[in-house]
Amino acid sequence: MIDVLVIGGGNAALCAALMAREAGASVMLLEAAPKAWRGGNSQHTRNLRCMHDAPQDVLVDAYPEEEYWQDLLKVTGGLTNEKLARIAIRASSSCRDWMRSHGVHFQPPLSGALHVARTNAFFMGGGKALVNAYFRSAERLGVQVRYNAQVCDIELQDGRFVAAHLPAREAEGQQLPAERIQAKACVLAAGGFESNREWLREAWGQNARGEWPSDNFLIRGTRFNTGILIKRMGELGADIIGDPTQAHMVAIDARAPLYDGGICTRIDCVSLGVVVNRDGERFYDEGEDFWPKRYAIWGRLVAGQPGQQAYSIIDQQAIGRFMPPVFPGTTANSLTELARKLGLPEAPFCQTIEAFNNACQVGTFDHTALDDCHTAGLTPAKTHWARPLVKPPFYAYPLKPGVTFTYLGLATDESAAVHFAGKPSPNLFVAGEMMAGNVLGKGYTAGIGMAIGTAFGRIAGVQAAASAGFVDNREARHAAV
Amino acid sequence: MQLFDPQAQKSELIPVLNVHESEVQRQMSICNACRYCEGFCAVFPAMTRRLEFTQADIHYLANLCHNCGACLHACQYAAPHAFDVNVPKAMAKVRLDTYAEYAWPRALGRLYQRNGLTLALASGFGLVLFLCLTLLAMGNLFTPMPGGNFYGIFPHNTLALMFGAVFGFAVIALGLGVRRFWRDVSPPAAGAGLKTAAALEASASVARLRYLDGGHGEGCNNADDRFTLWRRRFHHLTFYGFLLCLAATGTATLYHYLLGLAAPYPVLSLPVLLGIAGGLGLLAGPAGLLYLNLRRNPNHGDAGQKPMDRGFIALLMLVSASGLALLAWRETSALGLLLAVHLGLVMAFFLTMPYSKFAHGIFRSAALLKHAIEKRQPNPINAGSD
Repeated sequence: MIDVLVIGGGNAALCAALMAREAGASVMLLEAAPKAWRGGNSQHTRNLRCMHDAPQDVLVDAYPEEEYWQDLLKVTGGLTNEKLARIAIRASSSCRDWMRSHGVHFQPPLSGALHVARTNAFFMGGGKALVNAYFRSAERLGVQVRYNAQVCDIELQDGRFVAAHLPAREAEGQQLPAERIQAKACVLAAGGFESNREWLREAWGQNARGEWPSDNFLIRGTRFNTGILIKRMGELGADIIGDPTQAHMVAIDARAPLYDGGICTRIDCVSLGVVVNRDGERFYDEGEDFWPKRYAIWGRLVAGQPGQQAYSIIDQQAIGRFMPPVFPGTTANSLTELARKLGLPEAPFCQTIEAFNNACQVGTFDHTALDDCHTAGLTPAKTHWARPLVKPPFYAYPLKPGVTFTYLGLATDESAAVHFAGKPSPNLFVAGEMMAGNVLGKGYTAGIGMAIGTAFGRIAGVQAAASAGFVDNREARHAAV
Repeated sequence: MQLFDPQAQKSELIPVLNVHESEVQRQMSICNACRYCEGFCAVFPAMTRRLEFTQADIHYLANLCHNCGACLHACQYAAPHAFDVNVPKAMAKVRLDTYAEYAWPRALGRLYQRNGLTLALASGFGLVLFLCLTLLAMGNLFTPMPGGNFYGIFPHNTLALMFGAVFGFAVIALGLGVRRFWRDVSPPAAGAGLKTAAALEASASVARLRYLDGGHGEGCNNADDRFTLWRRRFHHLTFYGFLLCLAATGTATLYHYLLGLAAPYPVLSLPVLLGIAGGLGLLAGPAGLLYLNLRRNPNHGDAGQKPMDRGFIALLMLVSASGLALLAWRETSALGLLLAVHLGLVMAFFLTMPYSKFAHGIFRSAALLKHAIEKRQPNPINAGSD
């Protein structure tokens, strides 16, 4: 029998598999996706938020535990578990040597991301390069990796993991039989449920306009995160945490593919112009704060608009000041022409822009600071970087909500154990998006998902190996110190 | 293969992109919005200096790309993703077009269309030419010459004239081609100090093959997502082997004209030692490159260029192998045949230099120089750093 079964193929699953294998356990990893799509949402990530008390290779200055914790407290509005959050924070300060030993390379921040040079360590080549490195290392160490292996059920006995079930399935032209895979311990790291359209529909429901908002959501990551095991574990009595409508949700280009649009579909010019909805009306302060601090609220804002659609409008003055979008904007030499091209009602749209232009107070434009260019007497106000949109050509980018990952998951503790009615399972553990909601009740800050996944993936791997009888001496020595 | 339509260029202010160039433009628009690969090589940092990609930009970036494969394996948008990003492949296709487009004289750029055939025909021509000349001069192919004195078959001045003329033509043709490329990609104006620093950096990037190190020192990709330094090492053997062979010839020329020492030289003389070292490098390097090429991931680069790559590798190996064989058996009756074969192959190599894979080194060096110049100047686009 296998010692440790890891269900999932992203960062947390790989960290768990590698740690369990290093402790001496035999490990099998089940990835739902075919090899070409392996790695879950981790293939779209790019960095790790790292605590550090002094400059460290690619990280400048310091980012102490307390500041990290306060940042997390602020974005989650207190919906976090301090004990688990601090575990993830502290682990982020010491995990990178281990990551390097498995082939992950770090690099200074990418151009356009200098604002996180202090807080975030970037993976050279991004998350897919990291995932590739971990898979290579896992295979070298003898972890059995199986693709096209989406677990449909978990067999338990009094809160103990017994076996995982794979359904009969077709994979890459082959008919595969149903399987029952036993193991002494198991780590669940199979991601959130963001790609489960029905579940999203159920969670978001129908709004006052009679729309099903989630039908218009795009999924920024993998199509394989269908939340089957979150649902199944809930049915089996595991403790669930979080609100199913809470997720990392960004306003992205409406033309992005339904799945796996990733980083390049973001629209970064919101704070440089205005955003209008389908009726040609503004609905939120585009200049509330620096864009990197605000981009993650715009997904929900757009989700609240009719048709879950909006348009980011800029003029020539903004060109070159934001990361180039992947799809070209709609351009026009006049506002009426732009409205026509976008199919927006011309009069209300032009009135909105004129009212905005007239409300802009003369100030000193500075996109690197919270400047004094703001509107007066306009609702909603634009509090910074408000410059009249007067210089053609005008550009428009259509926006839709893009879900990165959901926060509903399994409740856990510092041992990463799955809990049943408050009682930890002796041999079933959880990591990654399936438990990130313990730390992230809502909100987001760049690189925190990978920090949680790495910390709890490693903990889950060590705990699973230990429950199968393998105690990593290095870890034991660590604990003794 | 799509070549440029010169008519279209004349009638349009902005050159119309051909299908290969449009593909690079499409992919660069995706990459520029992602930028995860910035640490791998020079292509992506150069890309971030642009919001739009003109034909000249595309030619420049295509020649900056070393086809290392790192960005393909790291790409979240590679197939089966609908975006189907494969930068090494898109760049390789444009790169070949640029060799043909900038070849001088332009008509001979067509030789890139079936380059394996070009090299084979050139080799055949060289071999037939020298075998016939040997027969004409000696009446047979197996006349032993005391001391391996090959000048007894072809006088020094005949060889110097023939090879000097062909090599000189190759150098001029390559020079004119790369000059046109340089003008088209129009590097920014810069002061002498900056240019010197840039030239030093570009030379170091060429000499060290900096961009085959993966950005992290573990090397480039070959068969899969693993990194390997062997491509870089085999290329070093090839490149420095070639330079040593040139040095051997150069030294021999100095011996001849300055010191009045006529070939053949003893094995322990400088020209022969340089030639042996170079020949061995030029045998082992291409052999290794061929081995890697045969195991290369099929998604790297442009499969249609395999004949060009392998033909060039084969010609290099034949040149070095025949040269070493000539040295080994120069005092036997095989001298005449081996000399004819070696000279014929060297002639084919020189003749095709401006129309073979050889050109990649020249164009890439020019692109690296442009990169070294422009990276020293302020980025005109500071997108996102506001």
